[in-house]
Amino acid sequence: MTDILIVAEHDAARLNVSTAKCVSCARALAGARVTVLVCAADAAAVAGQAAQLEGVDKVLTLENPANAPALAAVLAPQVSALAAPYALVLGPSTTFGKDLMPRVAGLLGAPQVSDIMALESPTRFRRPVYAGNALLTVESEPGTKVIGTVRMASFEAATGGGAAPIEKASVSVQLPTHTRFVSVSAAKNDRPDLQTATRVISGGRALGSADGFKILYSLADKLGAAVGASRAAVDAGYAPNEMQVGQTGKIIAPELYVAVGISGAIQHLTGIKDARTIVAINKDGEAPIFEVADYGLVGDLFQIIPEIERLVS
Amino acid sequence: MKRILVGIKRVVDYNVRIRVKPDGSGVITEGVKMSINPFDEIALEEALRIKERGGTEEVVVATVGPADCQAQLRTALAMGADRALHVQAEGVIEPLVAARALLKLIEREQPLLVILGKQAIDDDNGQTGQVLAALWDRPQATYASKLEISGGTARVTREVDAGLETLEVDLPAVITTDLRLNEPRYVKLPDIMKAKKKPLETLPLAQLQVEPRQQLKLVKFEPPPQRQKGIRVKDAGELVAALKKKGLL
Ligand SMILES: Cc1cc2nc3c(=O)[nH]c(=O)nc-3n(C[C@H](O)[C@H](O)[C@H](O)COP(=O)(O)OP(=O)(O)OC[C@H]3O[C@@H](n4cnc5c(N)ncnc54)[C@H](O)[C@@H]3O)c2cc1C
Ligand SMILES: Nc1ncnc2c1ncn2[C@@H]1O[C@H](COP(=O)(O)O)[C@@H](O)[C@H]1O
Repeated sequence: MTDILIVAEHDAARLNVSTAKCVSCARALAGARVTVLVCAADAAAVAGQAAQLEGVDKVLTLENPANAPALAAVLAPQVSALAAPYALVLGPSTTFGKDLMPRVAGLLGAPQVSDIMALESPTRFRRPVYAGNALLTVESEPGTKVIGTVRMASFEAATGGGAAPIEKASVSVQLPTHTRFVSVSAAKNDRPDLQTATRVISGGRALGSADGFKILYSLADKLGAAVGASRAAVDAGYAPNEMQVGQTGKIIAPELYVAVGISGAIQHLTGIKDARTIVAINKDGEAPIFEVADYGLVGDLFQIIPEIERLVS
Repeated sequence: MKRILVGIKRVVDYNVRIRVKPDGSGVITEGVKMSINPFDEIALEEALRIKERGGTEEVVVATVGPADCQAQLRTALAMGADRALHVQAEGVIEPLVAARALLKLIEREQPLLVILGKQAIDDDNGQTGQVLAALWDRPQATYASKLEISGGTARVTREVDAGLETLEVDLPAVITTDLRLNEPRYVKLPDIMKAKKKPLETLPLAQLQVEPRQQLKLVKFEPPPQRQKGIRVKDAGELVAALKKKGLL
C-alpha cells in the first residue's frame, strides 16, 4: 500500500480538472490509496466533487476562513501538518501547485519531484528536464517522503462515478499574515480552457497586433477551439500572459494544435509535445515548426486563416 | 544597510541544442556555452533597477556550485552587482541544499529582498525560491511580472494560470521572476574590466554547515521520443480535407 495525499486545486465553487489528473497519476501506481485534501473557507461543494472522482479513497477537508483565496504561505503549514501518514504528497503542475508544493517540501525538508510524467514505483519517477529535451528518471530512498507536482499533459482526468467518504480534518498551526491577497484579473472569454481544450489555435509574432489575433479568435469560435500564443506574441502585448504556451507558459496536450505564424523555438515546442496532431502555418518553409508538424502549410496566414474559416463554415 | 540578494545559477545557454549522453548519465556539457539562468538575469536586472531608483544600497549576487560558476558571477558583477558570494559545492545540488545555503547567506547579509528566478532552465525544478521562503519563514511571491516596493511591503503582480494576481507581502520576502518582469541590460566591455576588481568571496558549503545531501538519485537520462515528420499540404483546401478525414474537424 502506498498512501498518497493530493492537494486539491479549486476556486471555492469548482474543483479544478488538474486534481482529477493528479488522481490518475496516483492511480497508475498499483496499491495506491488516494486521499484528496480540500483546503477552503467552506469546503462542502468542492469536497463533494472530489468524492465523486473514480479512484479516490477518501476526501479530507480543512476549513479556515484564511484559506480563501488560496495562498501558498497559508496553505503550506496546514498541508505539511497533515502530511505525516503519506509516502507521497502531490499537487498539480499548475501555477497553484508549482507555487505551493515546494513550500510544503521546504517545511518538511523533503525532496520534490517536479512535473511527474510517470510514477513508475513508489520511489521511482520520470520527469522532463532541459525544456523537455531530456527525460530524467529519479529514485528516492525507500521510506523518504516525496513531494511532487504532476505534469498535466501526461494524464487524462479521472472520471466521475466514485463515492468516497468525506472527513473533516483539523490542524493546530499558526498561519502567517505576512502575505495578503489583493486582486486577480482574468480576462473573461467564453472559449474553452487552454489546458483542457481538444483543439487549440495559437498565434505568434506574425499576427502583428492584438487586432491581428482577431482572425484566430474568429476561426477558434467556429471550431470550438481555445486560443494560445507564443511568448513573442505575449511580450508584444498581442495576447494576455495566460495564453502563453511553452516551457514557461502552459504545457498542453490537445487533439489538434494549429501553430499560426510561430517559428517553433524549442521553448515553444516544449509546450506542445503531447499534442496528438500538430498543424503549422508559416510563410517560411524552413521554420523549425515544420519539423514537428504533422501537416505543414507554407503561406501567408492572413490569406490562409480566413480561407480555412470559409471552408469549415 | 538596505540590500538585495540575487540568486545566480550557471546553466547551459538556452540556445544550445541539448543532447543526452549515449550512456544516459546526463546531457553533454563539454564544450557547450554556459550562461546565467535567464530568469536570474531578470532577477538581477530588477534588483539593479531598484537600486537605481534608490530603493536599495547594495545588490549582492550569490551562487552555489563548483568553481566554474565564478564566470557567471563575474558577468553578474559586470551587469552591475556590487558584490558576489560563491558557495563552493560539487556535484548535484538539490533545491533544498541550495536553499539552505542561501538561508545561511541571508542570515549573514540580512537582505530586504531576495530575488530568484522562477525556474532554472536546466533542471526545470522551479522550487528553490519557495523552499527558501519556507525555511526562512517569510513571504513568497512567485512568477512576478511587476514589483513595487513601498515602506515595509512589496506589491507583486504574478503571472498565474488565470491571468494576473496581485499580492501584498511584508518585507523581507522572496520574489521569483517571470519573463515579463523586465528586459535585462547588455553587459558593456568597460564594465567587464571593472567587474574584475569587484569583491567575490568564496565560502565552502561545509563552512556554512550545510550538508550536501542528495535525496533523489539520478537514475538515467533519455532523449524524448521524436515526433514523426509529417507532410506538406499545398493549400487551405487540402489541409481542411486532411483534417476532416482524420476526424479532427
Ligand atoms: C527562458 C526562456 C523561456 C521561454 N519560454 C517560452 C514559452 O514558454 N513559449 C514560447 O512560445 N516562447 C518561449 N520563449 C521564447 C522563444 O525562444 C521564442 O523567442 C518565441 O517562441 C518566438 O515566438 P514566435 O514564434 O511567435 O516569433 P518568431 O520567432 O519571430 O516567429 C514568427 C514566425 O512567423 C512567421 N511569419 C511571419 N509573417 C507571417 C505571415 N504573414 N504568415 C505566416 N507566417 C508568418 C515567420 O516566418 C516566423 O517563423 C522562451 C525563451 C527563453 C529564453
Ligand atoms: N545552485 C544555485 N545557486 C544559486 N541560485 C540558485 C541555485 N539553484 C537555484 N537557484 C535559484 O533558484 C531559482 C530556481 O531554481 P530551480 O528551483 O532549480 O528551478 C534559480 O533561477 C536561481 O535563482
